[in-house]
Amino acid sequence: MPVLPGAAWELSPSVSLRPEPFGALAYDFATRKLSFLKSPTLVDVVRRLADAADVEDALLGAGVPAAERDRYVAALGTLATSGIIRERVAA
Amino acid sequence: MTGPETTTPQQTEDVEQEALVEDALVEEISIDGMCGVY
Amino acid sequence: MTIVVERPQGGRLVDQFEYGLDAPICLTWELTYACNLACVHCLSSSGRRDPRELSTEECKALIDEFERMQVFYVNIGGGEPTVRPDFWELLDYAVAHHVGVKFSTNGFRITPERAERLAATDYVDVQISLDGATAEVNDTVRGQGTYDAALRAMANLKAAGMKDFKLSVVCTRHNIGQLDEFKAIADTYGAQLRLTRLRPSGRGADVWDELHPLPHQQRELYDWLVANGDLVLTGDSFFHLSAYGEALPGLNLCGAGRVVCLVDPVGDVYACPFAIHDQFLAGNLREDGGFDTIWKTAPLFLELRSPQTGGACTSCSAYDSCRGGCMAAKFFTGLPLDGPDPECVRGNSETALAGDRERPGSSQDHSHTGTVRNAPVPLTLLRARPVSACDESPLVPG
Repeated sequence: MPVLPGAAWELSPSVSLRPEPFGALAYDFATRKLSFLKSPTLVDVVRRLADAADVEDALLGAGVPAAERDRYVAALGTLATSGIIRERVAA
Repeated sequence: MTGPETTTPQQTEDVEQEALVEDALVEEISIDGMCGVY
Repeated sequence: MTIVVERPQGGRLVDQFEYGLDAPICLTWELTYACNLACVHCLSSSGRRDPRELSTEECKALIDEFERMQVFYVNIGGGEPTVRPDFWELLDYAVAHHVGVKFSTNGFRITPERAERLAATDYVDVQISLDGATAEVNDTVRGQGTYDAALRAMANLKAAGMKDFKLSVVCTRHNIGQLDEFKAIADTYGAQLRLTRLRPSGRGADVWDELHPLPHQQRELYDWLVANGDLVLTGDSFFHLSAYGEALPGLNLCGAGRVVCLVDPVGDVYACPFAIHDQFLAGNLREDGGFDTIWKTAPLFLELRSPQTGGACTSCSAYDSCRGGCMAAKFFTGLPLDGPDPECVRGNSETALAGDRERPGSSQDHSHTGTVRNAPVPLTLLRARPVSACDESPLVPG
């Protein structure tokens, strides 16, 4: 599932995100899937999603270098496909 | 001890697969996938 | 003095896990040593309740710690956890406190009513133990009537609409030929099959020589797992078989003291449920400041989280996925921990196993001493008359 930079996303409510020295572990109670986020910066991006205007905003706020952007967007895509993050419904 | 090994196509694919995994920022594993629990 | 080791940046998940985590991902919690059965291979030598068992309040305090630490999941076992009167209360408490639960049971107490309740509860999973696809094979190991009780429990769970609960099998010499049948049983009840390794732990040490799979059976098991792997769970307990070729799904890593551990019924914390021995005892909840403190600071765990040398195994081409196999299997067969697994698929332990070795016994033995209803039926006695009327009428406790 592609994550578009202009879309608004958030951590799924059934997910427990646990910081670790290497990044974080994310366990989805609903699907029983365990994901390993390999960079603290990625964890920062994920945490910023809910309050950021959109994905681009979260990436900027976390200080993701331009050269790394695609890699991070791809990672968000993986998280979206497994349901760890979900699109925010407009209030 | 085993003798010298040649690299099979499967092994090459495994190395490439591992490189992909190492490059990705997210890895999924099964909650049942660790040894030492019931 | 412990040396602080630098953890690598990025890389594979398994490389990170070797250095340990701030909290377990999941862990085994043996709730009681009491059990209505007397399975011959019981890894915790269970049967009789220990009078020092944690109280209901102590159990809840432990769950509170799990919640604070964000332990995702606990695997509750024993003994038979459902024989504790507060089991259902503790189950609800854990779920209410964001700790997922899977519990392991022989099924005797999974009545239709209990099954309904479980099916209606989120974040709870059930694992039914079965070690034979037929009563003849199963009851030899687990006891008279246990096959029937397990299938009855599964039928109740299926009828209640419980999906994807687990059917957990310990692979032995007598059931390796039944893998397809186990899968069929799991499919019949809408369950997921789980195959796990027999370790020489607890009473398992007494029967390991006769029950552990033979070399050709290990190969058969490996081939079957490669063919059926996506559909079957293993708890990563066969990573020593990865030496045959393609690594099996899972971390292929010993998680003891790094990502998992055991809390036993009296609050002792061990590296792993297959290693109930003073050598692998990290501390006690009541004496050493609680679970979090033990997990983070116990010398045993810090030792396990420092780089392990592969010793004699490092030069083996299979070392990367086999990692020298199972620590507990080596320990209880009296083999050196820095040498090959007793079931090394390359046969590197054959000489050591044939030679003199000292087998350490369990540190704990809560086995029944008197007669047990549902006692295991030895293969040699299968055609003999029953010892008492009780053997013919499996009891279903309320």
